[in-house]
Amino acid sequence: MDFGSTFFYKYRRFIKVVKIYLLLAGPGLIVMLADNDAGGITTYTVTGAKFGYGLIWFLLLIFPVAYIVQEMTVRLGAVTKRGHAEAIFDAFGPFWGWFSFLDLALLNWLTLITEFIGMTAALSIFHIHPLITVIIVSVIMMLMVLQGRYWTWEKIAILFAALNLIYIPAAFLVHPSVSEVLSVGLVPHFPGGFNGTLFFFLMANVGTTITPWMIFFQQSAVVDKGMKEKDIPWGQVDTLIGSAFTVIVAIFVIVVAGTVLYGSEIESAAQAASILMTTNPYLGTFIAIGLFDAGFLGAICISLASSWAFGEVFGWAHSLNLKIREAPWFYACYFFALVTAGIVVLIPNAPLVLITLFVQVIAVTLLPAALVFLILLLNNEEVMGKYRNTTAQNVAGAVIVIAIIVLSTLYGISTLFPEWIA
Amino acid sequence: MITIEGMFRTRIGSVIRGWTDKITEINRKYATPRIRMSRGVKVVLLFLRLYLIFLVLLLGYKFWTML
Repeated sequence: MDFGSTFFYKYRRFIKVVKIYLLLAGPGLIVMLADNDAGGITTYTVTGAKFGYGLIWFLLLIFPVAYIVQEMTVRLGAVTKRGHAEAIFDAFGPFWGWFSFLDLALLNWLTLITEFIGMTAALSIFHIHPLITVIIVSVIMMLMVLQGRYWTWEKIAILFAALNLIYIPAAFLVHPSVSEVLSVGLVPHFPGGFNGTLFFFLMANVGTTITPWMIFFQQSAVVDKGMKEKDIPWGQVDTLIGSAFTVIVAIFVIVVAGTVLYGSEIESAAQAASILMTTNPYLGTFIAIGLFDAGFLGAICISLASSWAFGEVFGWAHSLNLKIREAPWFYACYFFALVTAGIVVLIPNAPLVLITLFVQVIAVTLLPAALVFLILLLNNEEVMGKYRNTTAQNVAGAVIVIAIIVLSTLYGISTLFPEWIA
Repeated sequence: MITIEGMFRTRIGSVIRGWTDKITEINRKYATPRIRMSRGVKVVLLFLRLYLIFLVLLLGYKFWTML
């Protein structure tokens, strides 16, 4: 075979693989990009403004952590055909089942409020009233699920997830010094020395990358998509690519903030966008659009994670492939969470800052249990068979879980008692 | 005589009964944990219980100091 034929053959094969991936891609890519939600983007922006490029290396460490945790949900969902909420009930009984389920429902609802806070703040920069934002977002999110097909929902969600990459062109707008980004960002060090403030930011970055809703969402999405054991490798590739994208986006957010806002006292991404609108309107617009999209992406995943969990636990029909009349309670939960979270943001003088802090504390109560249950379930040979965790996966999983439990607990404590880390 | 208040009360009562029945049914369905309760699993679950008690105490302390 000549060179041309070989090249053409390999090209065709590559295109075929990409097409299959695009057909099967979904839960991993969506959940990972949704991980960079409004809270995540705010955390990265504030980190960049505070420490410049100094903590980019730390985000690179989060890449394998995110992949290892989320990959387990792919195997568990594909093999058991059950969501995480149902799996916990089944394996550990009613006490842990109700605890995880109720904690998740509360946490997701509060997190949904924070997504609305991010979206309304982002569109306020374009002088769009929060009420209009809430109505538009709610209508779009309702239309997304009402078309009655998981596949269609997933592809629309991927489009919104792709918009999360807006921070990459935004970074090119600020012309960062590549050599400085590489020399400062990739060398592990603690800018300004290791102190309480730096430790708080490290914990915040971990806390925003691994969240309980991601575990519940991806496992339920894998089940709703109808993935089988043979699809696990594709699910793993999907999760790997998603993990890479989530870290890439986070790094570009830090590069943008570290270049133009370094040394500024920034408290949120919306504030950053607002400041940049006066100095560099294109950049400010990019940041605001990115923040809105991040909140939107987080909202569509979080509200679905709750609805799936309700359906699993109460035995209601729960699939995006069903029409409203076929799964009324599933859609009722979705709409209820959406509308009530939107209303809370519109209440004058609502304690939104308190809610944001409360989310971090509630997450600490659920995350360790969700992670521990994940590892225990993946070691259940009776259920998982040849897809159970290997020794290497257990060691990696255990190290990650212990590290996350310690860091997230300290993060929760420092949120409750900020004076202790001052 | 059937009153609106009476109908409302009956309706609310049946909804609450429906929910409690459902919760009882779920508790019964999952009454026996299916995972094999090895010593390792028991230790981990005990750790999680203690961890939760620790967090509850911490939250209680926070509210106590806020008062």
